[in-house]
Amino acid sequence: MPALPYVANAVISGTLTGIVYGLMALGLSAIFGVVRQVNFAHGELMTLAMYGAVGAFQGLALDPFLTMIAAAMVFGVFGYVLQRGFLNRFIHRPEHLRMLLMIALAIIIGNGLLLAFGPDARSVQTSYQLDSFELGPLLVDKVRVYAAIAAVVATALLAAFFRLTLTGKAIRACADNPIGARVAGLPVAHLYAVTFGLGAASVAVAGCAMVQLIDVTPGLGPGYTLLAFVIVIVGGLGSMVGALLGGLAIGVSEALAGLLITPSAKSMVSFGLLVVLLLVRPQGLMGPGRR
Amino acid sequence: MPLLEVEEVSKAFRGLRAVAGASFSVEGQSITALIGPNGAGKTTLFNLVAGVYRPDRGDIRLRGRSIAGLPAHRVCAAGVGRTFQLVKPFAGLSVLDNAIVGALNGERTVSGARARAVAVLERLGLSGKAEVAASHLTLADRRRLEVARALATRPSLLLLDEMMAGLRPTEIDELVGVLRNVQREEGVTILLTEHVMRAVMALADQIVVLHHGEVIARGEPAAIVRNPAVLDCYLGEDATAGEPGA
Amino acid sequence: MTSDRPAGAGDRRRLALITVVTVALVTLPLVGSSYLVSVATLALYLAYVGQAWNVMMGFAGQLSLGHSLYVGLGAYVAAGIFVHFGVGPWAGLWLAVAICSAVGAFIGLLAFRLRISGVQLSLLTVAFAELARIGFDHLDWFGGPGGLFLRVGDRNHIDLLGFRGPPAMYYYAMLALAAGALGVCALLLRRRPGYYWRAIREDEVAAQALGIDTFRWKMLAVVLSSAMTAIAGVFFAFYNNSLFPEQIFGFGRSIEIILGPVIGGLGTLFGPIVGAVALVLLGDGTTEILAKAGVDLPGARQVVHGLVLLLVTIYLPNGLWPPLARALGFQPRRL
Repeated sequence: MPALPYVANAVISGTLTGIVYGLMALGLSAIFGVVRQVNFAHGELMTLAMYGAVGAFQGLALDPFLTMIAAAMVFGVFGYVLQRGFLNRFIHRPEHLRMLLMIALAIIIGNGLLLAFGPDARSVQTSYQLDSFELGPLLVDKVRVYAAIAAVVATALLAAFFRLTLTGKAIRACADNPIGARVAGLPVAHLYAVTFGLGAASVAVAGCAMVQLIDVTPGLGPGYTLLAFVIVIVGGLGSMVGALLGGLAIGVSEALAGLLITPSAKSMVSFGLLVVLLLVRPQGLMGPGRR
Repeated sequence: MPLLEVEEVSKAFRGLRAVAGASFSVEGQSITALIGPNGAGKTTLFNLVAGVYRPDRGDIRLRGRSIAGLPAHRVCAAGVGRTFQLVKPFAGLSVLDNAIVGALNGERTVSGARARAVAVLERLGLSGKAEVAASHLTLADRRRLEVARALATRPSLLLLDEMMAGLRPTEIDELVGVLRNVQREEGVTILLTEHVMRAVMALADQIVVLHHGEVIARGEPAAIVRNPAVLDCYLGEDATAGEPGA
Repeated sequence: MTSDRPAGAGDRRRLALITVVTVALVTLPLVGSSYLVSVATLALYLAYVGQAWNVMMGFAGQLSLGHSLYVGLGAYVAAGIFVHFGVGPWAGLWLAVAICSAVGAFIGLLAFRLRISGVQLSLLTVAFAELARIGFDHLDWFGGPGGLFLRVGDRNHIDLLGFRGPPAMYYYAMLALAAGALGVCALLLRRRPGYYWRAIREDEVAAQALGIDTFRWKMLAVVLSSAMTAIAGVFFAFYNNSLFPEQIFGFGRSIEIILGPVIGGLGTLFGPIVGAVALVLLGDGTTEILAKAGVDLPGARQVVHGLVLLLVTIYLPNGLWPPLARALGFQPRRL
């Protein structure tokens, strides 16, 4: 049994990472909850954003936390256009065909990155990367704190958008009752596109936040897609609060598993959790209908 | 012994009583219509017989053997075929294959089932469309396919759920003729729920009237339409009742 | 769809085509280069696992995105007892099939008893494959992440009992498997299971109302599919001679399995075969052209696969086979 400070450190860093996970999963959850689109390219979108951050750092010496803002906008527009110009055409296709469409996009993006940048890991080295805050016996990485702060801000903005703006409210109405929304004359195609744009923007912000926490390789995509699904299922498909709580749960349990068992076994915990939850409570911790 | 006995059956959903102590029986070789205003519990009672729900109380017997609470596939095996108001054709399969799936319930081989399916499609007037994909049928033909598929399972009791909803008057008249024919030729007993009174009056030997989950009247059509309690609760409202009931 | 061609001409044409294809497949190792044989073996392998996956998804409508689990388990079981105990592939085959059937039955039991389907079912299957991937990384008996290696035999000597020999032997084995799977599926589709699976795929509630015990038939589909996939795993182990959890249980491997049937035509008999051939032709064609041009681009082949999948999903949601069949004068059976 490791000493208490180690455990406390793991919990803290797990919580911080979990917040970023939560933001990433929030994008997936919003897209599923509103558009009913199972975004199998979620992890690939994040990897794409991470390569953007690496490129901006190496080419323009831009700090990833600055790139983040631009990435959010670029991915937001990209997501909007992708949904409006392309995915909306397939809304009425069977579920498995829509999943396959996203799997095709995932394969193209992931291997396109491999083609463009090769298999080697890339990373960003900022001046503060190895710094940490000292809280008594606890050491907390600065980049992890900043990443969590960025994720909190992005999440708050998203929540404010969905609660306060007219478009946000319309999107929530659309998620509750798509047919009713259509009958009421809401511009459903536009709302779907906005949602996908926001989902893509969230995952882009998460990617830029993560870029200093892990090495970037083209093959990251599927792992993070699955992780996002785990989190969303744990939290309940379509529930946004659930996505955040799920992110925290997974972040902490991974960190603890890494410490108490072995680092390589940490994702085993998430998948084990997924299996148990799918079987015991398939609607997730927060159940359907709440967001 | 009646073919179907429904005895003191009750069913509540989250405390809301849908069916309360309903009793009636259906004689073999007859057509019985289950009617009542919207929310009277027709669909619930229908689904209790079909094995979708398990009754809270009471018993449902087919030829004296209880079928209450059996899973749907065993209710079918016991001799109950059913249709769905919201039709559920196997859309990607041909009309013939749809009927073969049903016929396999009572046949050991596919070739036997195919022969049975061909005969049933003939009976329902769908022979000309046997090779068409079920997804390409009109609503009226999909309803016929529902009957064909259920009939192919060789049921002793055929449950028909709002067969006429959404059909044009000429289609209704045709289907009434087909159903009469089916009952006579196949020797099957029919229990149906129906909103279209014209079809009920043309088909039913017996009418069971439900109101607030209770059976308030049962008898021959001619007697039912003169029954003051029925007129009071049901027929008065029927002028406006066109949509599917609860 | 009825063909307007006279039946006799259609039959002759079909017979001629079948003859040509059969002769080409049987004589391929005699005339083709070793590269061609290896590519053809890959195509047959993909056709076979695609056929196995198609039983579950194409016929019964139960989506698995974790079929790498059965390839990997089958491969590791047979390879493990071969490496440690010297038990040959034929005995290993039975054990692999037994274990994979049991695992498939376990997952099916959990999922179908708890009424999990669609997205949730696909995620459950992925989760089990991922659990196996991580689990095998920690099983030293199976070599862990460093891999499990099989002794390579004499490539010039055919040893059927030990399943060791020249590439042509593996080719013929895979050909036999693919043909056998095609035969089994063709038979099943015409019998009760085929009708019941397709009914469940189209509408499970209606299927139940027609007397079908849907749980039982879905279980049959999962168990048959996992057992068939296990055989591919055993083949993979003795053909490749090295196994790595990362590689064999990976999500990419599961996707590779589903690409063929999806591109060729879900739920059709020849879809998995047509799809596998299309994938290999396009994928390896691209790699070959790039190699001729002197560039080695990892990922190019997968990008081509992704593009094909994208185009097929958009423009030919029923896959390549139905239009191809019509062009060849076949009547594609509506499945």
